[in-house]
Amino acid sequence: MSTTAPVEVERPTGDEVTEPDVPWIVIVWNDPINLMSYVVYVFQKLFGYSREKATRLMLDVHHKGKAVVSNGGREKCEFDVSRLHAHGLWATMQKDR
Amino acid sequence: MAFGRVKRTSKGDYRVRLPEGERELLRALPGQLRELLTTGDPTTDAALRRLFPTPTMDDEAMNAEYERLTRGDLLEERLAALDTMERTLEAERLTEDELVAWLSAINDLRLVFGVRLGVTEEATAEDFAGLPDDDPAVQMYTVYSYLTFLEDHVVGVLAGAR
Repeated sequence: MSTTAPVEVERPTGDEVTEPDVPWIVIVWNDPINLMSYVVYVFQKLFGYSREKATRLMLDVHHKGKAVVSNGGREKCEFDVSRLHAHGLWATMQKDR
Repeated sequence: MAFGRVKRTSKGDYRVRLPEGERELLRALPGQLRELLTTGDPTTDAALRRLFPTPTMDDEAMNAEYERLTRGDLLEERLAALDTMERTLEAERLTEDELVAWLSAINDLRLVFGVRLGVTEEATAEDFAGLPDDDPAVQMYTVYSYLTFLEDHVVGVLAGAR
């Protein structure tokens, strides 16, 4: 069976005002006070990361100055940032572009 | 090794054995941090800004919204941890939740003292050794160093329990 019904094509209008739901990333920045052992502990506790992954992220923060520790929608990232702040880590979020 | 100041027991709680001098030092701290948290001015106090960072580098609207939505809860959490630490300061046994509250309060205190002292990653005791004994920075660095030692020990104990 075939159909001749026209196929509707959705095309972007190009002047959308609403932002598309772009993903966000959460960044933890290096600071001279927090202990390396504590930062690993917090990454494991908040995100359930393995000790290996948490340690790798902590070393990135320490050596490269920052690391992306989580990502997702805006609300999830705001939540992650607030948990990191509650634990004394310096975290920010930004659009993943 | 931290001479077993905090040890997990077979029952799953924690035994605390602190020399009296250390408890004495700790007693003064929760009150100091509570005063800063409840009466300090974040516009002039870098330590308070360090405890409550902005969620973005440059989005003023988002920073303001985040502060409005989270500041109260974050403050309550910090004060609750201080209350727990103060209430259990003389205890020889702590539950895991109580020890986690100690860790939270100790880490906040380290952040405040670290900002006050202008601590850098390369900072060592040498940097403060040349100062006169009655310089407040010398005393503060002594407390900061002790909290560093205690926090590292507590983190090790809690992480080992996983």
